[in-house]
Amino acid sequence: MFRKLHEPASPVTIVVDGAAVTAAAGDPVAAVLLRLEPPIARTTPVGGRPRAPYCMMGVCFDCLAIVDGMPSTQTCRTAVRAGMRVERQHGARVIGQ
Amino acid sequence: MTRTFDLAVVGAGPAGMAAAIAAKALGMDVLLIDEQAAPGGQIWRGVEGVAATSDGAQLGADYQAGAAVAAALRASGVVYEPATQLWQIEPGWRLFTSREQQADIIEAATVLLATGAQERPAPFPGWTLPGVLTVGAAQILLKTAAQVPDRPVWIAGCGPLPLLYAAQLLRLGGRIAGFLDTAPPGNRRAALPHLPQALRAAGDLLKGLGWMRELRRANVPLVRHVVEIEALGREQVSAVRYRTSDGRERTESASMLLIHEGVVPNIHPTMALGCAHDWSDDQLCWAPALDRWGETSLVGLFVAGDGAGIAGARAASLRGELAAIGIARQAGRLDEGEADQRAGGLRRRLGRELAVRPFLDALFRPRPAVFAPHDDTVVCRCEELTARDIRAAAVGTPGPNQVKAFTRAGMGPCQGRQCGYTVSHLLAAAQKRPVAEVGFYRIRPPLKPVTLGELASLDRPETVG
Amino acid sequence: MSAIASDVIVIGGGLHGLSAALQLARARRKVVVLERAWTGRHASGATAAGVRTLRRDLAEMPLALEAMDMWHRLSAIVGDDCGFKAHGQVCVAETPRHLATLEERAALARRHGYDHEEVIDRPELQRIMPAISSHCVGGLIARRDGSADPHRTLAAFRRSAEAAGVAICEGTGVTAIERRGSDWIAVAGDRRFTAPVVINAAGAWAGQVAAMVGDDIPLGTKASMMIVTEPIEPLVKPVVSALGRSLSFKQTDRGALLIGGGLQGRSDLDGQLAHVAMAELAKGARAAVEIFPAARGVRVARAWAGLEAKTADLLPVIGPSPGAPGVFHVFGFSGHGFQLVPAVGAAMAELVTQGATNRPIAAFAAGRLMTLKAAA
Repeated sequence: MFRKLHEPASPVTIVVDGAAVTAAAGDPVAAVLLRLEPPIARTTPVGGRPRAPYCMMGVCFDCLAIVDGMPSTQTCRTAVRAGMRVERQHGARVIGQ
Repeated sequence: MTRTFDLAVVGAGPAGMAAAIAAKALGMDVLLIDEQAAPGGQIWRGVEGVAATSDGAQLGADYQAGAAVAAALRASGVVYEPATQLWQIEPGWRLFTSREQQADIIEAATVLLATGAQERPAPFPGWTLPGVLTVGAAQILLKTAAQVPDRPVWIAGCGPLPLLYAAQLLRLGGRIAGFLDTAPPGNRRAALPHLPQALRAAGDLLKGLGWMRELRRANVPLVRHVVEIEALGREQVSAVRYRTSDGRERTESASMLLIHEGVVPNIHPTMALGCAHDWSDDQLCWAPALDRWGETSLVGLFVAGDGAGIAGARAASLRGELAAIGIARQAGRLDEGEADQRAGGLRRRLGRELAVRPFLDALFRPRPAVFAPHDDTVVCRCEELTARDIRAAAVGTPGPNQVKAFTRAGMGPCQGRQCGYTVSHLLAAAQKRPVAEVGFYRIRPPLKPVTLGELASLDRPETVG
Repeated sequence: MSAIASDVIVIGGGLHGLSAALQLARARRKVVVLERAWTGRHASGATAAGVRTLRRDLAEMPLALEAMDMWHRLSAIVGDDCGFKAHGQVCVAETPRHLATLEERAALARRHGYDHEEVIDRPELQRIMPAISSHCVGGLIARRDGSADPHRTLAAFRRSAEAAGVAICEGTGVTAIERRGSDWIAVAGDRRFTAPVVINAAGAWAGQVAAMVGDDIPLGTKASMMIVTEPIEPLVKPVVSALGRSLSFKQTDRGALLIGGGLQGRSDLDGQLAHVAMAELAKGARAAVEIFPAARGVRVARAWAGLEAKTADLLPVIGPSPGAPGVFHVFGFSGHGFQLVPAVGAAMAELVTQGATNRPIAAFAAGRLMTLKAAA
């Protein structure tokens, strides 16, 4: 859905739903999700509908995903870090024991 | 130990940075917190990394101007804490914040909220589909990740921002499938009387004309007077359907649609605190009632920037500086005379910035459909409630809070930021009352969703008492 | 100016007012409910909706047990089960000393003929609540207890009351009550309502309403705070409290965690508002994550404080006014009135129509609080 204008100067690898993805350190994680197919962050708890980042500024909460094990994280406010694990959040969050 | 400051500024955009720098220069202990990782707010988002690059040049001089301010902030001695989210303010003032999953309480004698604005929620059928984003979101992606749509994009809406982004996108090699201008037919005529006054900001008007020229030169299909839009698709946007004021209806293939129907002040913190707010019929939004220094109806709580009323970055910076003077005056660091003297020039410049507003507000007054979505349109994105659900609950004379209790609208994580205005407008229409009278949801803390663990961590000896 | 006449005026459109109105209407009385804001505006709209007999003051137990039977057949009473789920209420013991206290309580209840509170050991605690912290050693359970959906409950009682002929007047705040002959006149702005019987179900403002008829009943205010979180996958079925902590922890049908327990915010009675005191609420969050460690990362969606009445002995005021003939009080449930709603409404109807009730309500007489005050 989106593409980068330039290759990142110092690319890092993150993992999105188990797949390795090249990204630029410091980019919002939501930006990375919007470069993938499907460009979604989650599916909704009530209707199971797919949602992608919408506002990119922290006021819509549609960009929520599980980042490094932390569910319901606003990916538009989270900066890419090498080795980061991102999982799309499906439905109501699951919590570990 | 709980940290204490003379002044806590929330928001590191133009207003927040200007206020923090000025207050520090006036001798105050200043804390500036912001939920983003770098200064700039939204209009100067990512400016430290981007301004000096070729992308920065394409974004324009207004954007690049933010770099100098960010540098001044870094050099000012203000305690600047990024990636820090404010989630509650209590009288006193006590600010509750979170950073990297650690919560904290900060005390400040005075608080300045410079939390800016957000795009006006503009629900239409299909707006929750992947592939629909706000124009602001697309511009933030450009600024923070140097990303552009990888396919021709439809842009719908009205206001300076869609034009600016369209021009920026074209300069960077992006493609625009079509520009759906949703400004209603009567707007130009309504705006004309305000034009003479607006010419004081001729530079801005010329800029806008320049962006439109760029679009025309690139042969971007422009459709004017679009009254309704709809995004079609099952798992993603695949088409956009629109209708114009003269009844023409078309469906076009689309895989991305950017929407923008104006900007509204961020009122959640001031509403949560019970500040007085005024309804603006010109901007169709609420804004906190402020005195000439930017103080709200609560002593020691100030607002500056677009959160005080939509007026752009330069006005925001001026309001920030004025607030700093007002705060210093209140704290006894400046006497009345000194304060007025320092403020004089700033007020004149602010006056010039505000002179263009009546013209722009009239020119870009949103179309009625923004406030009267079709029954099937999702209104509460978080709880997936439709306009039909809200209309069903509007029977009688319930206010927004009763509708919230009954339907759950506004109870999701966005706390009404995407549905509040729509619900208030739907109630106003159903009950034939002015929106100003209907009011807005009662805002409950936390302002942002803090975790139980973060909240629990506040129950420790050094934060008690 | 003419007054709207009825058999009974109920002041207060919360659950206790609606329950009394419903039962009276079914006893063929013409009832009007006068509510200043809207039904369920305050305590009934802010409740955790725990349906609990567990660890109640024994004076409340007969009414609570009668109410529990009614909860288990609520559909027949108000046309909806109100989302009531009888997954049990458990008071958790974090130490052996706490467990001993709970064992004493169970023994006390048994001595009074109540055997529904059962001590459970660690394995049983683990079985019914796998997510409970490993440091908890046991608990006390009432298996027929549970929780309901507060908004469904409110809607059902209101709907049933209206179906039975009750007239509900919202936006109608009573500012004065006058006596004329053997009738009372409730004044609400420029509207007047008259009836021989008045029921004071005005919650946190019931003391003010009592004063309008000459009863000086001391009444405090609580601003109990609650947290509701984002929805999560199923974590716990019973409603959980913990001895020695202000904690009430449950999960709603939607999956959200509802955390209460009586921590106090700031009340503004005249403004009809209550505010969250976040540093205090932090204690509730800490209790929650210490008892259910897995909840640590769950996000708070919102928090609020609800205004409710509190009496000196934390028992309600139920019964006829000591001084004002035809006036009946039903208020002061001090944070635990929700479960009693169906039975107390029936008791009020009996009091009004029969002049007396066999249900044991002597402990709730208004006079006991007035004596306390006079003695102080």
